[in-house]
Amino acid sequence: MWTWFHRLASPPWFYDFAGRLLPWLGLASLLLIGYGTVGGLLLAPPDYQQGEAFRIIYVHVPAAWLSLQVYLVMALAAAIALIWRIKLAECVVVAAAPIGASFTALALVTGMLWGKPMWGAYWVWDARLTSELVLLFLYLGVIGLHQAFEDARAGARACALLALVGVVNVVIVKYSVEWWNSLHQGPTISKIGKPSISLEMLWPLLGMTLGFMTLFGHALLRRLQNELLQREARSQWVRERWARGDV
Amino acid sequence: MSSEALHQFLQMGGYAPFVWGSFGCAALVLVWNVLAPRWQRRALRQQLEMMDPDD
Repeated sequence: MWTWFHRLASPPWFYDFAGRLLPWLGLASLLLIGYGTVGGLLLAPPDYQQGEAFRIIYVHVPAAWLSLQVYLVMALAAAIALIWRIKLAECVVVAAAPIGASFTALALVTGMLWGKPMWGAYWVWDARLTSELVLLFLYLGVIGLHQAFEDARAGARACALLALVGVVNVVIVKYSVEWWNSLHQGPTISKIGKPSISLEMLWPLLGMTLGFMTLFGHALLRRLQNELLQREARSQWVRERWARGDV
Repeated sequence: MSSEALHQFLQMGGYAPFVWGSFGCAALVLVWNVLAPRWQRRALRQQLEMMDPDD
């Protein structure tokens, strides 16, 4: 078990491993997102209260969900990076931030586009929306901090610290609709076993969410490969792969 | 799909700008997530190319 972890964290081994996994993740996300789009736009019936506008759920909920998931991945990697000083974990922190920021921005924009016809306003300063905006700033903070450092390792450690401290905000986003009175509706699908949504509506949503997750995996692995290449540009393993055109 | 049905589908029950705007933004973000790492890789290749002649 431990030897497996050690191998996984070795840059050349991980680089090749990611390369083998990438096409499969890409294919899976293409199929899942395709199914989610067709199912969400064409197959699911309109909502009895919100009509066709409810279809925004198929991009809003996966984006919002991923914005939190990506942060948890980033914070876990940050903890590993700070405790065990594993290089690959530092790279995960740096590589996950721009992807997380993009999903968070998408969740905010689609939420605004959904809020306008349903609540009558693009934006309200309520707990859910505000904490999600703070999440975006945390991601941007990690990206900015990384760019401010000359030394990649020192920068990654600073980013890891920020990512770890910010994890409290994930908890706030998650429970904001329960702790405070909010305009935002409560969770629709997480009531395990008894979701408050019909199956025709639920399956495309699950497909879309899995599609977003595999796409995140795809983007993360590619960015990790880049990060490893950049940091170890002068090492033997990069030169070998460069020579055989595997970069 | 008849043109009438297509028209109705595109209308999205009067919510067209919101629904299509949301899906459009999603498409942009998803495509960006596929392309951005590739652009990064291309820049890296140029960097590696420059340090290639056995320094």
